[in-house]
Amino acid sequence: MTDPTRNAADLDRDLVQATQAGLPLLRDPYGAIAAGLGIDRAEVIARLTALLETGAIRRIGLIPNHYALGITANGMAVFDVADDAVSAIGRAVAARREVTHCYRRPRHPPDWPYNLFAMVHGTSRDDVRAIVADIAAAIGPALAGHDILFSTRILKKTGLRLAP
Amino acid sequence: MIALDAIDRLIVNSLQGGFPLVERPFADAGARLGISEDELIVRVARLVHSGAASRFGPLWNAERLGGAVCLCAIAVPADRFEAVAAQVNAHAEVAHNYARDHRLNMWFVISTEHPERIAAVARQIEAETGLEVRLMPKEEEYFIGFEVRL
Repeated sequence: MTDPTRNAADLDRDLVQATQAGLPLLRDPYGAIAAGLGIDRAEVIARLTALLETGAIRRIGLIPNHYALGITANGMAVFDVADDAVSAIGRAVAARREVTHCYRRPRHPPDWPYNLFAMVHGTSRDDVRAIVADIAAAIGPALAGHDILFSTRILKKTGLRLAP
Repeated sequence: MIALDAIDRLIVNSLQGGFPLVERPFADAGARLGISEDELIVRVARLVHSGAASRFGPLWNAERLGGAVCLCAIAVPADRFEAVAAQVNAHAEVAHNYARDHRLNMWFVISTEHPERIAAVARQIEAETGLEVRLMPKEEEYFIGFEVRL
């Protein structure tokens, strides 16, 4: 069934395009995708399994809509953390249920001293402020400073797009 | 805010990842949750259609697919904000752009098929706007767990 001229990159691109709006909500969703691509279900499952293992797929499941679930406020919390402690602190911050998207990024002194970024979600801006204060207290003496940047306006938003 | 019953909440809390890669995944996942295959399908469809979930499926990581993304920030003078937003947004490689309440008040993501294009797009925006683009690439990513607990 498999077209031998198609390579793995083509298959990955097809799988992104077939699933980026979601899986078919059918008893055999991978079979439905495979039928659409003209390949075997086993090939779809094997490739998705491999992509999950390499991290090209972060996870498969429900992608919640924070806003619709009442979690309407979010702030980009930024911390200036000692370099030798940032990895351990980053993992601890990321483990909190209110936090998504936790990364170490470069400082740009003197304007931008912060090296740890975490998106913090809450029911209100005050809720976000309280969560960030709690995170700052938990970091303790390794923290030299922190701030919260709330978004005031979305200027542009597009989804994952791959060049054709 | 959308009203969810106890089973919906169980689905939201336990199915943000780990959906099985098998022939009948809703049957397997439903068995773990104590509901039937068809009930899980109906409830997931309702969560998506009601807007409680934005979708159900794989969460792709663009960088691991060979592409590159980089967060960038600019300090834009207030009287030029709209004009600079238009200049930045005109680049197809700019995927998201947010106004934020800081001296660095414009935060956007450059997303390119090839990693070396990131710096080129940033330099082009600097040339067009006369403003410094601060590149804030991910240097380390900490575990991304489930996003929401109800």
